[in-house]
Amino acid sequence: MTLLKTAFLLAKKDLYSELKTKQVLATMIIFAGLTILVFSFAFDPANNTTKAVIPGVIWVIICFSGILGLNRSFLSEQRNDTMQGLLIAPMDAQSIYLGKFIANFSMILIVEIVAIPFLFLLFDFKILGSIPYFILVMFIGSFGFISIGTFLASLAANSKSSEMLLPLLLFPITSPILIGVVQATRIMLTNIENLASALAWIQLVSAYDVIFFVLCFILIDYVLEV
Amino acid sequence: MIEIKKLTKQADNKLILRGIDLSIKKGETVAILGPNGAGKSTLLKVLATLIKPTSGLVKINGLDLKKNHLEIKKLFGYLPHSSLLYDHYSPLENIVFYGNLYGIKKAEERAVELVKEVGLSFFLNEPVKNFSRGMIQRIAIARAIVHNPELLLLDEPHTGLDQGAISILNNVILSMKAKGTTTLMVTHDFKQAAEICDRVIIIKNGKIVDDFKLEENALNFVSEKYQLQVEGVS
Repeated sequence: MTLLKTAFLLAKKDLYSELKTKQVLATMIIFAGLTILVFSFAFDPANNTTKAVIPGVIWVIICFSGILGLNRSFLSEQRNDTMQGLLIAPMDAQSIYLGKFIANFSMILIVEIVAIPFLFLLFDFKILGSIPYFILVMFIGSFGFISIGTFLASLAANSKSSEMLLPLLLFPITSPILIGVVQATRIMLTNIENLASALAWIQLVSAYDVIFFVLCFILIDYVLEV
Repeated sequence: MIEIKKLTKQADNKLILRGIDLSIKKGETVAILGPNGAGKSTLLKVLATLIKPTSGLVKINGLDLKKNHLEIKKLFGYLPHSSLLYDHYSPLENIVFYGNLYGIKKAEERAVELVKEVGLSFFLNEPVKNFSRGMIQRIAIARAIVHNPELLLLDEPHTGLDQGAISILNNVILSMKAKGTTTLMVTHDFKQAAEICDRVIIIKNGKIVDDFKLEENALNFVSEKYQLQVEGVS
């Protein structure tokens, strides 16, 4: 079986589980909604300076709701030792990583599709920049955050305090991605004249994404040993 | 079928397996007996590619465990203490998922057939979380044999089962044996070992201390051998 085929089988299994249990995605969306509501109370949408916090708010939502999903991703395989079932199946550890990554990435994209329009609506925010570039930034930022997060979630799942350990490991490693995408998002949404600067941030984040995705892909073999 | 030479496994500073040498022919049904902590389950986990040995050579069907782990994974079915089943999935969904992972064609047909074989066709679409321990174990057996493995690795498969489930499990093992499947079964149940196995291995402190063939109705013989080797009673 090819690497991709088994990865998609696993991702399908995780997404179908989510469809049945509605535990993780619902929690992520509720968290995102609550965060947006709290920010909308804290900052006056009529005030122009409020617009400046929007890029930050977007990434706060993605980071924290993303962590909720990432934490469950490998912990869910501990019940009945289903991870052993995956490890004895004729597939590489890379397939498991890729499958989990696809499922987590799909879920964070759903959260973004629901939460970001809601945020813009509540803050009465009009995009002055470029929507396609904004979507590109969201995509590469989420890709990097989830690819590193999936790897670290597999590592943290072996620890008793994995829910605390994951954010501690994840934020320092993903900070270059977060700095880059917040800057790029700000430029794309409010100051498109500075496109060159945003593209430089995008290039930096893309390079970081590729390097860490390949690293995680190689190292997962050592992490998933029983 | 299985060739093990000088197999050792060390975890932290403890030597769990201390130079296991073992050869098992195709079609044999072998019981592994021994006290708790002797290394029985560890041996099974090594064969199931779940843990890497510290040293030694393991070959299954002539394939080296270190180099050909993907090919070896297709050969065996593993039934550990846990069911390896997804709670919120039905037996059908669980077995179809695992069947697809093993690249089984017509996985759904195969799943229906297996669930029927273990006597749970009435519960085909019920979530596994509502099942009793015995029912879960029966589905776990179906999961382990979904790809018609040539080698069955069973870790205390009779634990917690009622008489009906025990008889279904034994029938599955015997029908697999009739097809030429090799079975390696870790157990504390001498009666079941004497009933379905044709060879017994006793492990103590990570070493094989006895290895003998079984005749029919050999329960007393197994008990005597075990007491002699493990408890030191002659």
